[in-house]
Amino acid sequence: MRYGSIALAALTVMLGTVVRADVEQAARDVIGPGYARFAEAAAALDGAAQADCSAAALQAPYQAAWDAWAAIDYFQLGPVEQDGRALAVSFWPDKKSSGQRAQQGLIDANAPVIDDPVAFATISVAARGLSGMERLLYQPGVTGDEEVLCRMRRATAGDLARTAAAIKADWPGFEALLTTAGASGNSRYLTGGEAQQALYTQLITGLEYLAQTRLGRPIGTADKPRPEAAEARAAGRSLRNVTLSLTGLRDLAMALRPEAAEARAAFDKAIGIAENLEDPIFDGVANPDGRKRALELERAILSAKLAVETDIGAPLGLSVGFNSKDGD
Amino acid sequence: MADRRTLLKGLAAAAILPVRGWAAVGQPDWVAASKLADGSHSLHGIDATGAITFAVALPDRGHAAAAHPYRAEVVGFARRPGTFGLVIDCRDGRVTRRLTPPQGRQFNGHGAFSADGTRLYTSEVVAEGSAGRVGVWDVRAGYQRIGEWDSRGIGPHELRLLPDGNLVIANGGIETDPTDRTPLNLDRMQPNLTILNPEGAEVSSRAFGPELAQNSIRHLALLPDGVAFAMQWQGDPGDGVPLLGIAPTGAGLTSHPAPAAETYAMKGYAGSIAAAGGMIAITSPVGGVAMIHDRQGAHLASLRRADICGAAARDEATFALTDGGGAIWAADPDGLTLLARHPLAWDNHLVRVTPLA
Repeated sequence: MRYGSIALAALTVMLGTVVRADVEQAARDVIGPGYARFAEAAAALDGAAQADCSAAALQAPYQAAWDAWAAIDYFQLGPVEQDGRALAVSFWPDKKSSGQRAQQGLIDANAPVIDDPVAFATISVAARGLSGMERLLYQPGVTGDEEVLCRMRRATAGDLARTAAAIKADWPGFEALLTTAGASGNSRYLTGGEAQQALYTQLITGLEYLAQTRLGRPIGTADKPRPEAAEARAAGRSLRNVTLSLTGLRDLAMALRPEAAEARAAFDKAIGIAENLEDPIFDGVANPDGRKRALELERAILSAKLAVETDIGAPLGLSVGFNSKDGD
Repeated sequence: MADRRTLLKGLAAAAILPVRGWAAVGQPDWVAASKLADGSHSLHGIDATGAITFAVALPDRGHAAAAHPYRAEVVGFARRPGTFGLVIDCRDGRVTRRLTPPQGRQFNGHGAFSADGTRLYTSEVVAEGSAGRVGVWDVRAGYQRIGEWDSRGIGPHELRLLPDGNLVIANGGIETDPTDRTPLNLDRMQPNLTILNPEGAEVSSRAFGPELAQNSIRHLALLPDGVAFAMQWQGDPGDGVPLLGIAPTGAGLTSHPAPAAETYAMKGYAGSIAAAGGMIAITSPVGGVAMIHDRQGAHLASLRRADICGAAARDEATFALTDGGGAIWAADPDGLTLLARHPLAWDNHLVRVTPLA
C-alpha cells in the first residue's frame, strides 16, 4: 500500500498537470488571437457581402480575411481539424479543379443550396472558403448570371464567417487540452512536454510546407518551372501568403523560446527577403533572375527551419515525432 | 496434403519440446520495437494491460517482428536495409540465433512464420536493383536458410501468412539505393499485392491502374474474406489519394479514400494497418491520426494523437495502438483510452503474438 502511494506520487509528478509557460503563452498570445482576428475579418467580409455583393466591393475585405488566415494557417491542430475546417477555409492545391467544377455546377443549376446556409455547409470543402471566394471575385474563376454569382458570394462569405466563428469558439477548449496536459481525461497530451512538442511540430511542418509546397510547387524543377501552380494566384497573393505565414510562425517560435535570438534572426532574414522579392505570384520562377531570387527565399526558409531545430528544438529537448519522420 | 503433414509434424514437435511457451514470459499479447531514452534500441513483450513483460536489447533500430506460433520466440528484424534478424528466446532475452541475409540480399523489416512454426519467411531484396525475394528458413534446423523465392515485384515490405498457408506479400514497388534508403524509381513504380503458395509458386498478383502506380503497397492486415493493405503515396502530396486498399479474395483491388474533409489528414502516409472485430484501422504518424473503417473500407472515425503508428488487434471490438510518446492505447470508433505509458518511443509496428481466441 505504501509502495503504491509512493509510486502514485511519482507518477503524478511525472504525468501531472504541468503548465508550461511557453505553451500557455503560445496558446493565449499567438494562436487564440490569430483565430480571433480571422473570425473578425471573415465576419467583416460577410457583412460587406450582405451589403453589396459585387466583386469590386468584396475584394478588399476578401484580401483582409486571407491576410488573417495566412498568419495562422500553419497551425493544424485543434478546432481546424474538426470536420475538415482547415480545408473548408482554404482548399489548395486543388489539382483536379474539383472546387471550380462543383461551384460551376451549383451556379449553372441555380441550386437551392445557394440560399440554404445549413445545406451549404455540407457541400464539398473544395467549393467553399477563401478558395471558393477567389473564383467568385477574380478571373479566371466561375462564370454565370451576376444575380446568381451575387448569391453565391453571400453564401460563401456567410459560410466562411460561420466556420471562422466556430474555430474561434472552439479554441478555448483545445487551449485547455494543451495547458492541462497530464490531467485525467486528457488523452491528447499526457505531459507538458508533449504539448510543447506538438507546438514545436507545428513550427517545423509549417516551415516545411512553405518551402516544399507554397514555394516549392511554383518553383518546380529547373526544366519545368510551374508559376501557374502558385497558391491564390488569381487573387495576386501567392508571395503575400508566404510572408504572412513566416511572420505568424515567428510569433509562435518566439513564444516557445523567447531567448532564441538565432531563430529570430533567421526568420527576420527570410521575411526580409520575402518582403523585397517583388514577385507577387511567382511569375519570376520561369526566368533565371526571378528563379534565383525565389530559390534564395526557399533557402532562407530552410535556414529558418534549421535555426528552429538548433535554437529551439535542441535546448528544449524537442524533436518532431520518432515515427513521423521515418518513412517506412 | 503436404501442408497438413507439416502441420501435424509441427504439432508433434511442440508436444515433445520442453515448456517454453508464451505463458512462460508473462503472456504478452504483442511485441514491439522501441527506442529508449538513452538512444538505444530494444524489443518488448506487452501484455493486455499495456505492461511490459520482457525487454531485449537490439544492436540497432528494429522495425517489425515475427512471433513463433507456440514457442516463446520472436524474430526481431532490423529496419531496412536490414542486416540482421535476431531469434530471441523471450524467457530470458537471450539471442539464440542471428540471421544474416545471404550475400547481396537485404532484409526489409518484416517476416512471418508458417502456421506450424517450422518455417520462417523473410521479406528481402536483391541489394542491387531491389528485386523482391522471400527468404525461406528451416526453423527446426536452427534457422537454416533453405531457399528463396521471387516475390514477384520490387521492394517487398510486409508479408503475412494467410489462413490457407499461402503467403501474401506487399511488393511496395520502390527501388532503393543499395547503401541507404534513397528511392530511385518513383516515376516508374509498379507496386503489387502478390500471393504465393507454400512452394513459392504464384497464386495471384494484383495491382491498381496507372493512376495509383505511385501508391506504395506496404503493410497488410488479414480480413475474414481477403486482405486489407495500407499505402504510402510517393507522388504529388496535393493529389490526396486513398491510402487504404482491400483485396477481396478472388477479386480485384479496391481503394477507399478518406472523407473529403480529411483528404490530407494522413499526409499521404499510412504507417501501419490492423483488422479487428469487422473493422480496419490505419495510422499516420506524420498526420498524427488513426482512422478506423468498417470491413468494407467505409470511414467510421478519426482519432488524433501525435506520432501514432503501431496498430494491432486488441480484442473483437478494439485495436491496440502505440505511439512515439511511449503510450499504448485501446482504440475504437469512440476514441482512445490510455492503457499504459512507458518512458520510450514505440517504433513503427505492434505485432500480435497470438491470434484472437
